[in-house]
Amino acid sequence: MRIVVLLKYVPDITSDRRFADGRVVRDPAEGSLNELDENAVEAALQLVEAAGDGEVVAVTVAPATADIAVKKAYQMGVHRGVRVTDEALAGSDYFGTTAALAAAVRRLGEETPVDLVVTGMAALDGLGSVVPALLAEELGWPQLTLAKSVALADGTLTITREVDDAVETLAAPLPAVLSVTDSANSPRYPNFKLIMAARSKTVEEWTAADLGIEPSEVGLAGARTVTVEAAPRPPRPEVELVVDKGEGGLALADFLIRNDLV
Amino acid sequence: MTRPTVLVFLDSPERTVEEVRPSVLELITLGRSLGRVDVVTLGAPSVAVLATLGTYGVDGVHQAVLPTSLPEDVYRVTPVLASVLATAASRLDADVLLVPSTFAGKEAAAVAAARLGAGLVVDASSLEWSAEGGPLRIAKRVFAGTWDTVSTVASDPAVVTVRANAVAAEPAAVASSPEVYALPVEAAAPTVTVVSRQLKERAAGRPALEEAAVVVAGGRGTNGDFGPVNDLADALGAAVGATRDAVFEGWFDRYIGQTGVTVAPRVYIGAGISGAPHHRGGMQASQVVVAVNNDPESPIFEISDFAVVGDLADVLPQAAEAIRAHKQGS
Ligand SMILES: Cc1cc2nc3c(=O)[nH]c(=O)nc-3n(C[C@H](O)[C@H](O)[C@H](O)COP(=O)(O)OP(=O)(O)OC[C@H]3O[C@@H](n4cnc5c(N)ncnc54)[C@H](O)[C@@H]3O)c2cc1C
Ligand SMILES: Cc1cc2nc3c(=O)[nH]c(=O)nc-3n(C[C@H](O)[C@H](O)[C@H](O)COP(=O)(O)OP(=O)(O)OC[C@H]3O[C@@H](n4cnc5c(N)ncnc54)[C@H](O)[C@@H]3O)c2cc1C
Repeated sequence: MRIVVLLKYVPDITSDRRFADGRVVRDPAEGSLNELDENAVEAALQLVEAAGDGEVVAVTVAPATADIAVKKAYQMGVHRGVRVTDEALAGSDYFGTTAALAAAVRRLGEETPVDLVVTGMAALDGLGSVVPALLAEELGWPQLTLAKSVALADGTLTITREVDDAVETLAAPLPAVLSVTDSANSPRYPNFKLIMAARSKTVEEWTAADLGIEPSEVGLAGARTVTVEAAPRPPRPEVELVVDKGEGGLALADFLIRNDLV
Repeated sequence: MTRPTVLVFLDSPERTVEEVRPSVLELITLGRSLGRVDVVTLGAPSVAVLATLGTYGVDGVHQAVLPTSLPEDVYRVTPVLASVLATAASRLDADVLLVPSTFAGKEAAAVAAARLGAGLVVDASSLEWSAEGGPLRIAKRVFAGTWDTVSTVASDPAVVTVRANAVAAEPAAVASSPEVYALPVEAAAPTVTVVSRQLKERAAGRPALEEAAVVVAGGRGTNGDFGPVNDLADALGAAVGATRDAVFEGWFDRYIGQTGVTVAPRVYIGAGISGAPHHRGGMQASQVVVAVNNDPESPIFEISDFAVVGDLADVLPQAAEAIRAHKQGS
């Protein structure tokens, strides 16, 4: 069983996230592994453990500061990590990002076939939830996205999911692209031995040229969508605070009524 | 520039289209501000649906006709739905493709955009043409509602998913009588099998959470009793939501937040909810935020317009009572 797990390096959601020149400021002190990708790592590790043997390879498309995200995955038990870094990739839109991720998966597949790609349900900065579907399309593999539960038997992957209005069970043969939600599993805590081992483990760095990516098709140069303005929202006006002394509910109703919200 | 063509996906949970969801009416309203509006559907629209579309000024309805070899249960699988959207956009030479921002809508829009070589913006809150003939300017709210961005999409068409409640749905000044056209769509059988698919029952008489104009949400502070939350929601005609903690406890079935449902109603009322960043990410774009919490230091107060420090078991029923009395009086 050989699984590629995709990790995004994102600004911490509790940090002061911001833009400059139409791009997200990626302050190394505030960057970390996208929390939802821990569920992807957990799902990949469980599948390899159940298979009895195999390898989990983490891939991220990110600047060099993202090694902290890959190291977190090492601490959980991921075997190998690759970071695709290139100035040409900066400012990539969904399609540029997907092209780079697909090229990395293909390259890994040339070494030894890849059975499955596992991703998180969303990156907590971009919140697109589209990269898994785009990657499946690009690779020509079936997509099983937003899984709440995952089961693998006889080369068929089956998931359950609750999407929009429906509860569904979907199945597909491998190789496939799987995305898992935060209810699919509880990510394990790093164990001491792995924490120690992660310190000396390195992250492989691949460039666009290594992957045969045409610089004009990715990054800002290839982007079909460009952020032209970004402004912080004005702070909300001071909260109108009422302490309930027996009439708090009346005050709430009055607020809604006088603002024409009922 | 000739009048742009805007194509709207008339999403419907069932094969036959028996109703036009509020989110679709909003998209049509938004579409009219950009050009002429056509819709694409997976199934046959009912007479009532056609009448509604006419009221909203829709020009044409394009009903997908998929290969008979394709089982019906895969129509909504992303690669197939993407074929429908991409085929309709090409056939009409659409300038803009608008899709409601649901998980399925976003995936299908993305894959359709990939096939069309088009740019994609998801979760947009407004759209306008820049100067005559210029690219589409698409606004969206990001980072848990703390930043506004504007993106341009230079491709033709531009593919955009729009979040619910982005605009108020309004009938057209001049009604139309839309024609229904068959839209033959080539689509290969997907490699994914739909083993089962069940539509969730919507709470009777309540609007859908993602589309509601008013939302009342309960958290851990309810201690498992959603009675007061339901009571206030009923008085207001609101949808009910929860936090992830409340759902994981088994107290309710759907939660609001970054990994749950994103809501942006006119009013969000959070009771017994602390306002954790993950939860805020799914509600901070709400127009008015009201909170009820017994902790005066509760972080949700930082993003609230109005708040009551108190026990929700006292405050919510009293508010519900007063609102019912007001509604009866007026
Ligand atoms: C606030 C914001 C808004 C944006 N809006 C747009 C837009 O409207 N249109 C557009 O084309 N681009 C947009 N982008 C750029 C887009 O976010 C990037 O291309 C991004 O890498 C992929 O999209 P996502 O973050 O939404 O990922 P999602 O689709 O939410 O990610 C799902 C999963 O895919 C994997 N994944 C995603 N990105 C990477 C990566 N770089 N490396 C490894 N794994 C990854 C992870 O497993 C993740 O959990 C936006 C970015 C930001 C920060
Ligand atoms: C990867 C990840 C994703 C997540 N995604 C989401 C998400 O999408 N949505 C989400 O909601 N959460 C999400 N969470 C969980 C989130 O971080 C918080 O733990 C959660 O939102 C807290 O729920 P709560 O406000 O109900 O509970 P608490 O934080 O425990 O708050 C309960 C509040 O109730 C108040 N209270 C108690 N008793 C009363 C009373 N009688 N009357 C009035 N007030 C009272 C307390 O003062 C307190 O402020 C996620 C977490 C992770 C790790």
